[in-house]
Amino acid sequence: MSALTETTMPETTLSADAVLFETLLRVGDSALILGHRVSEWCGHAPTLEEDIAQANVALDLIGQATLWLGLAAEVEGAGRDADALAFRRDAGGFRNLLLAEQPNRDFAVTVMRQFLFDAWHAELLAGLAASTDPRVAEIAAKARKEVAYHLDRSETLVIGLGDGTPESHARMQAALTRLWPFTGEPFRGDATDAAAAEAGIAPDPAALEPGWRARVEAVLAEATLTLPDTARFRSGGRSGVHGEALGLLLAEMQFLQRAYPDATW
Amino acid sequence: MYAQMVTSEGGKARDEMTPEECAFQDRIDRGERIEPKDWMPEGYRKTLIRQIGQHAHSEVVGQLPEGNWITRAPTLERKQILLAKVQDEAGHGLYLYSAAETLGVSRDELTEMLLAGKMKYSSIFNYPTLTWADIGAVGWLVDGAAIMNQVPLQRTSYGPYARAMVRICKEESFHQRQGYSIMMTMARGTADQKAMAQDALNRFWYPSLMMFGPSDKDSVHSAQSMAWKIKINTNDELRQKFVDQTVPQARFLGLEIPDPDLVWNEEKGGYDFSQPDWSEFYEVLKGNGPCNAERMEARIEAWEDGAWVREGLMAHAEKRAAAHAAE
Repeated sequence: MSALTETTMPETTLSADAVLFETLLRVGDSALILGHRVSEWCGHAPTLEEDIAQANVALDLIGQATLWLGLAAEVEGAGRDADALAFRRDAGGFRNLLLAEQPNRDFAVTVMRQFLFDAWHAELLAGLAASTDPRVAEIAAKARKEVAYHLDRSETLVIGLGDGTPESHARMQAALTRLWPFTGEPFRGDATDAAAAEAGIAPDPAALEPGWRARVEAVLAEATLTLPDTARFRSGGRSGVHGEALGLLLAEMQFLQRAYPDATW
Repeated sequence: MYAQMVTSEGGKARDEMTPEECAFQDRIDRGERIEPKDWMPEGYRKTLIRQIGQHAHSEVVGQLPEGNWITRAPTLERKQILLAKVQDEAGHGLYLYSAAETLGVSRDELTEMLLAGKMKYSSIFNYPTLTWADIGAVGWLVDGAAIMNQVPLQRTSYGPYARAMVRICKEESFHQRQGYSIMMTMARGTADQKAMAQDALNRFWYPSLMMFGPSDKDSVHSAQSMAWKIKINTNDELRQKFVDQTVPQARFLGLEIPDPDLVWNEEKGGYDFSQPDWSEFYEVLKGNGPCNAERMEARIEAWEDGAWVREGLMAHAEKRAAAHAAE
């Protein structure tokens, strides 16, 4: 399948397996891409404890991506495996949220991105843990425990830095403003999501928003941060239309598999 | 060895020692562990701070050459293993800074000395990781050499250091195995992969031998550290042991040690081998190695860019404590 057809595949004709495959890519790719971003901090974090914690979050997310993409490959039945999906697709084949691919910039953007993502991820995994597909439910149940810890941690950091010094507050507010436009995408469903919700495979994206919103408002209030009034309009990642940053991320991530296609590692 | 050329203070003959110093040396000679609240000579304390601090800094700076390949690891599994390994190194840094803190120096003080160039880290981390095979070579050779040094340090005289070593050694042996597993896969892979594996061995062999430090047979500092059981074996003993262990492993991989003079010496029951270029070692220690500037820049940047985070979190904790006290 070419990258072009992967982005323009008409959703209305999707079979049940194709809906499941697409749903798994959407969950797995967000975990993989955010995990990759977080792993970029390794050895460069503000404290040794943060080096360890960031590596831990990256490990969890890449571990989850391995499970989601492994199942996706199995469902697809085209002879690919999780590594083929991670290292041999071009950007147009990726289904991650735009939020997940946003570059690290400073620690404030990293922490805020993690919090906005974790709050959604926790809601999503709670829904997936009740999936009618037992394979999905099983992975979600495992991932949920890890993400509860991620959320607990990112909340603590957002509150601590938001309500810290004037500088840390200003940086966190700037990070929130920068990332806010990307926070509508997770809740905007399409025909694939509708089919997945209908089949009980995954929750309806829109249904996750109230829980996310309540959590985000409460935490940001405690962090003394102000909700931006900009529209949350940026989207496209879940249908394969990404920002420029993803192509560069993949060029780095996929380098060895692309340069030595015959090798096993 | 992560602690190289640590200057030892003290070195008194028994008849020059005070009664307290004699009693201290007797405890060490009996194999007793020294604990933080015990009396200890100032030289012992200072030497340990230097050695443990240098060891901790090595773990922290050591994240960088391996971290260089985390984002390019070739499979999801290799990426996870490498992340876990580098995370362990940061953890080792933490245990070691904690052990140093029991001697009355804070982690921040040690960090500032590192960043000001007043403390060192192991010379090995000033070499670049140029290919994925280098990640294999670092695990196999660099962690292998570190284990040679650290296994005996589990019996070192200072309790907190010895206990940190017990934990670290368990993790290091996993690190060495993952490195060897990468080398094995590469050496048995395509022609390109095998060439990368041989090239990695060629570049890391002599820097790994340098990790043990120059011959210390005439070193006064080493003699004092050995009397205090801060150092258990001589540099030459450990280097010989490393070579004897590593040569058969290289042959099993089908790789060649880049030393034409390497030969088994039946009489001594070990290999004769060429010494590394010690002038290169001294240049690297002076800051002229291939990556000294980059490694220090990365650590200084992390420290300076992270200042607002540390200050922000401290300020928040203080607000919380004040609010709690006011309740």
